[in-house]
Amino acid sequence: MQDMPKSSEIVEVVSEFMRQHVLPQLQGHTAFHALVAANALDIVRRELAIAPEANEAEKARLEKLLGKDGTLEELNRLLCARIEAGDVNGGTPGLADHLWETTLTKLAIDQPKYSGYRRAKGEI
Amino acid sequence: MSAAPEELAADLARVMNQKVETLNGIENLKRLSGGASQETWAFDGTTPKGSLPLILRRAPGGTAASKRETAVPLATEAALIRLAEKAGVPVPPVRYVLEEEDGLGPGFVMDRVEGETIARKILRDETYAAARPKLARQCGKILAKLHSVPMETLPELRHSPAAAEIKQYWETYKTHGHPHPVFELAFKWLRDNVPDEDRITLVHGDFRNGNLMIGEDGVRAVLDWELAHTGDPMEDLGWICVNSWRFGNIDQPVGGFGQREDMFAGYEAAGGQPVDPERVRFWEILGTLKWGIMCTLMYEAFKTGMDRSVERAAIGRRSSETEIDLLHLLLPRT
Repeated sequence: MQDMPKSSEIVEVVSEFMRQHVLPQLQGHTAFHALVAANALDIVRRELAIAPEANEAEKARLEKLLGKDGTLEELNRLLCARIEAGDVNGGTPGLADHLWETTLTKLAIDQPKYSGYRRAKGEI
Repeated sequence: MSAAPEELAADLARVMNQKVETLNGIENLKRLSGGASQETWAFDGTTPKGSLPLILRRAPGGTAASKRETAVPLATEAALIRLAEKAGVPVPPVRYVLEEEDGLGPGFVMDRVEGETIARKILRDETYAAARPKLARQCGKILAKLHSVPMETLPELRHSPAAAEIKQYWETYKTHGHPHPVFELAFKWLRDNVPDEDRITLVHGDFRNGNLMIGEDGVRAVLDWELAHTGDPMEDLGWICVNSWRFGNIDQPVGGFGQREDMFAGYEAAGGQPVDPERVRFWEILGTLKWGIMCTLMYEAFKTGMDRSVERAAIGRRSSETEIDLLHLLLPRT
């Protein structure tokens, strides 16, 4: 067990520092890359908060859908193979819900401001 | 080969004075961007009548370096721009194509058209408010002309109709190795719905908001011809509708500024073949998948150490944006 602060608190404060103190002093390409860097830290912060529980839920859905156990990566590879082979398709019970749920989680971490995500959430 | 700006300026001035009539010098040489496959420089040519705003596009460092296999050579790009101009497509006129004896590497010089290419400014700035409602129809008209370039006049180009595009991106996806069930579903759908190869034309290949020079009056020039190929003309109409190029304006499918119906009407009014919206939708789905795979490919450039920038690393996490767009298109929630 690590001591405090939590890793999520560390990336949060570094991102804050970059936005409030570093970015205003930069210009041009460096400013752009610093903003990209701060955004990347925000992805890490959201992943630390969301992924542990969401990955468990994704694994449970995949096991039910595929009737097999395995790691998250193994199960995703198996799902890909079954879609490629045509054994699983858009009409397979549970597939659409699984893909939406999994993709909404990805966006909640990667880019919650994205228009396609906000549309799916009924925000726009 | 000239690499430093001062050296390039001297070499470029020498070539321009010798080869382009009326020019007697150059000034204000400034690097605009540098990609893996080309460099872009802005400069002003001096003439007895005043200065002439120009652009130089050339191979990186003036070398004939290896390029992305899908990118056309710079001399081909210049030839395409000239053919497009003849067909009535707004383009920056090409003034001069570099020759080997010039010592500047492959490239060409074209006019610098004033305007804006940054999509977010085009979609939000007051300056373009009057132009925005006209853009979708203009894009349709321009594409009809672009697709009318006679096939027999084209330089050698990659031939890539739907099946070839799917195969190319499938191979890229499989090489990259990370599993994407949504991409698999899209590939399956695309393979089951490949359109006939009944009409083959010149295809721009990257016709989207961001590659169009826009002024207060509308589209002034079509830029970035390096992904041009021959294939299904509806590819260009589908690509500009990909949600990634709407920059947040999700309900304005054409580039974030207009409606499909206006683009289609402009296309048909300018002599384009009647548009089948289902086929355009096929290309929008393929385009969305392509951009998603390109995002994962850019991450590969980071992973292999070719480009260790934060931007390259972070763009891998944008492939999920295309996954949600693919779900909206293929498995819409009612």
